Formats: sequence, structure tokens, C-alpha cells
Amino acid sequence: MSDVRVAGVGLTAFGATPERTGRDLFGEASIEAFEDAGVPRADVEALFYGNFMGELAEHQGHQGPLMAEAAGVRAPATRYEAACASGGAAVREAVTRIRNGENDVVLVGGTERMTNLGTGGATEALALAADDLWEVRAGMTFPGAYALMAQAYFEEYGGEREDLAHIAVKNHEHALPNEKAQYQQEIEVTDVLEAPQVSTPLGLYDSCPISDGAAAVVLTSEAYAEETGLEAPVSITGSGQGGDRMALHDREYLARSPAAREAGEEAYEDAGISASDIDVAEVHDCFTIAEAIALEALDLEPVGEGITAARAGRTTADGDLPVNLSGGLKAKGHPVGATGVAQIAELTSILRGDHPNSEHVEDATAALAHNAGGTVASALVHILEVER
Amino acid sequence: MSDEVRDAGYDDWLDAVEEGEAYYLESPEGHGSLPPRRVCPDCGSTDLEEAPLPETGEIETFSITYVPTPDFGEDAPYAIAIAEFGPVRITGQVVGVDVEDVENGQTVELEVVASETTGERVVGFRPR
Ligand SMILES: [Zn+2]
Repeated sequence: MSDVRVAGVGLTAFGATPERTGRDLFGEASIEAFEDAGVPRADVEALFYGNFMGELAEHQGHQGPLMAEAAGVRAPATRYEAACASGGAAVREAVTRIRNGENDVVLVGGTERMTNLGTGGATEALALAADDLWEVRAGMTFPGAYALMAQAYFEEYGGEREDLAHIAVKNHEHALPNEKAQYQQEIEVTDVLEAPQVSTPLGLYDSCPISDGAAAVVLTSEAYAEETGLEAPVSITGSGQGGDRMALHDREYLARSPAAREAGEEAYEDAGISASDIDVAEVHDCFTIAEAIALEALDLEPVGEGITAARAGRTTADGDLPVNLSGGLKAKGHPVGATGVAQIAELTSILRGDHPNSEHVEDATAALAHNAGGTVASALVHILEVER
Repeated sequence: MSDEVRDAGYDDWLDAVEEGEAYYLESPEGHGSLPPRRVCPDCGSTDLEEAPLPETGEIETFSITYVPTPDFGEDAPYAIAIAEFGPVRITGQVVGVDVEDVENGQTVELEVVASETTGERVVGFRPR
């Protein structure tokens, strides 16, 4: 399979900008991506766009053409929805199209406007990712679902809240120099442990914030990059997607993520590398426990040990495998439809050496992005590699 | 939304629980699942039969929810749990005990309760 070049990336700052429309956010991210890419808008053949709660937040469906217009692109445009993995699903579709030779230049993006819904409204909107009849009507919230997984993890493998707290502390630490992050603010383990409870054993600081933001990347074929002399050293070399039963209670294991395992195995094989080749990763830490379970599913940590990775320093900036150098969903923010695209944008910058945290992984050649939907009934994994 | 129009299959199942006749759907290979469903998600069989749900289940994991969705604003804090009833697992709220007294491994009976916020029916687990 031919590789797909990342020609340019763009991100809005993630945070609380309740008055800004989705089209304005995506417009901004796209401008940055096109400036970074040096690719003319007229060359774009399609937009692949991720968004989850546009109907609730903005009373707006049919967002593909709206966002193509916002980006100044006249091309077929489709919205992809896979809950919090919507952005990753859009990336995968774009990668597939380019590899199949159907497109040479595409724009991939994602946006979410959330904070205008308020905490209750956003909590309700996020719950749409779960089984409405069998989970939401029973009172299961999105944090509640991950709390059930955390409790099951403690029961099966051990671990404690303090292990989880170190994941939050690490990701906040990583976000400090990232100007696009929602929280550039250091926290201590005690802050996490003493924060108000959301759904036991998870508290406020175990949870990613509610965020507004957008991300955009311009992807091209190898052929286009070479013909036009693009400076695009980073390629997407592997893509994988996994699926699982919708409701958490229907999973074989309550504290594992087989969809992420399937996605990871497919992506590693696709890229022709293995987990041990990964130098840096962005994984979907919507809650602290999610990072632990994802690392295990991706074979980046043995099963039952992912929870101690941050506490033991294996996944910190100076560890063997820095995880979520952007700050992750936890501190960088999680505008859900944007997240899977933002992970690609952050890793591209990290690998190119122009990210504020690039210095921690100067020799990195391979990176992994993991984007999850719901309680991981959808998982997308992409591998990025850089020419050095 | 569900005030006027029922969700066939799901609401029928809640009716059955209220009448003490809770069931699950069983495929010829013995896989259990919950309605509404035409195809066994494990083996693809379309030959699903209603089978009586075991009278008691066991809590496998739980969480005390302090920040609910607006539909459960008046209900919080409440304990949400996943309990195993033989071949199926079900998500529900633990009722009739203090949330602090909920434990993994607890034996529970299925019961339909009403949300304190909306009055809507909710799957409940009562420890016995
Ligand atoms: Zn079956």
C-alpha cells in the first residue's frame, strides 16, 4: 500500500468559546492547515469531516457541505459519525481513498461545539454514544460507563485511584507548553484525589473537560507530494479500525478494549511494524482509566499494568514511551469530533520537530494515534512515520 | 420522547419484569441477549426464543453517580451497576439500600422503578 503524506495541519485552541459557531472554528483550523501545507484549496478533491453532536449543539445536520464552504473548498463533503471517534473515522476514510488512487488531495477535519450546551446538556449529548434503551435509560452517563470499567479493572487487576491520578498529572504536565491546550495548568496528585466525585471511582480531574475546537489536516498521495515538491516528511503508514458490542454490559471483559486491540493489530500490520517500534503515542484518555486500558489493548503495556505506567514514569515526557505529549484529551481538551484529527495534527508536529514537546522525542520515527468512540464500541488507530 | 409512543420490545420487556416474568432471548446455541432483537449477535441465528431470566443476579461492577444527565437530576447520587443474570448482563440502578452499601458480588433481584426526576421507568436492582 502506498503511504499517505500529511501535507499540513491546523488546530484552533481548544477551550470554552461557547459563542463561536462550528463553521467559524473549522474555518480557522482549515486556514492554518492550508498555510502549513502550501497546497492550493483548488486542488482539494474531497472533505472528510467528523462531528458528533451538531444537531444538539447547533441544530445543524448535513455539516459536510457547510464545512467545505467554511474552509473555502468546493468539493464533495461528507460527515462521519462514530461518537468520540468521528474524527478518526474521517481520517481512515481519507487514507483509504488516497491509497485506492481515487483522490490525490483531501481535506480531513473535525469540529465540536459543546460548551454552549452547559454541563447538563453536554453530559446528555455525550450519553448519546451509549445504548439509549439499555444504558442511558438506566441512568448510565458517559463518565459513569468509564467508572464501571475502572471499578471492574480494580477488581480484576488491582490498582487504585492514586494510579489513575498520576495519568491526569502527567497529561496536565505535558500540556504546559502547548498553547492550543485547554488547560496549561499543573496539578498535583492530591488535587485529583480531592476533586469532587463525578462517578466513583472517577472524580472531576479524572475526566476530560467539555471543549470547543476544530482540527484540520491536508493529506496527499505520494505522487502528488513528489510532483509538486511538497515538504511533507510525515506519512500515515498504517490504519486500523475495530468494533465491538454497543453496550458495555455485552462485552466479554468489562475492563478491556478488544476493539482497540483489533484496530491496533490491523494498523501495525498495515504499517509493517510492531508495538515495540512505537516511539510516541496519543491515546484516547477521555478518562484516566481509558488511557490505561488503551495502552494494554495496543500492546504498549502488558494487560493489568497499564494503570501504573504513568506513576512509574514509563509514559511521561522523559519515559520510554511518552504518551499524550499534547496533553491528551484530559488537558488539551476533547471537542469530540475534532479529537481524532487533532491527534494526527499533534503527532505530525511532534515528529516534524516543530511541537513545543518535540524535544522529548527527538529521534522518534514512529507514532501511534488511538481514537475511541463510546465505551470503545468503535476504535481507530493510525500509525505515522517520519523520514529523517 | 417515550411518553406517548412505546418502544416495542423494550417496553414489553419492562412490562414483563413488572409482572414477575422477566425473560431474555436465547439462541439455539444458548447465547443470551436482550430485546428488541431479531438476530443473535453472537452466532447470527434468527431463531430466538424467550427464556425465563434467573430470579437473581450478581453485581459485577458499580459506580455511584454524582453528576447525572438532566433526566436523573433529582435521582443523584445513585449507584449504577452491571449485574449478571445467567447468560445476560444488565445495566441498572441499585435501589433499596444506601449507595455506600453497594458492593461487587452482591445478589440482586430485578425490579422496575420510577425516576424521581421524570417518573419514567428505570431498570432497578434490589439487593436481597
Ligand atoms: Zn447465538
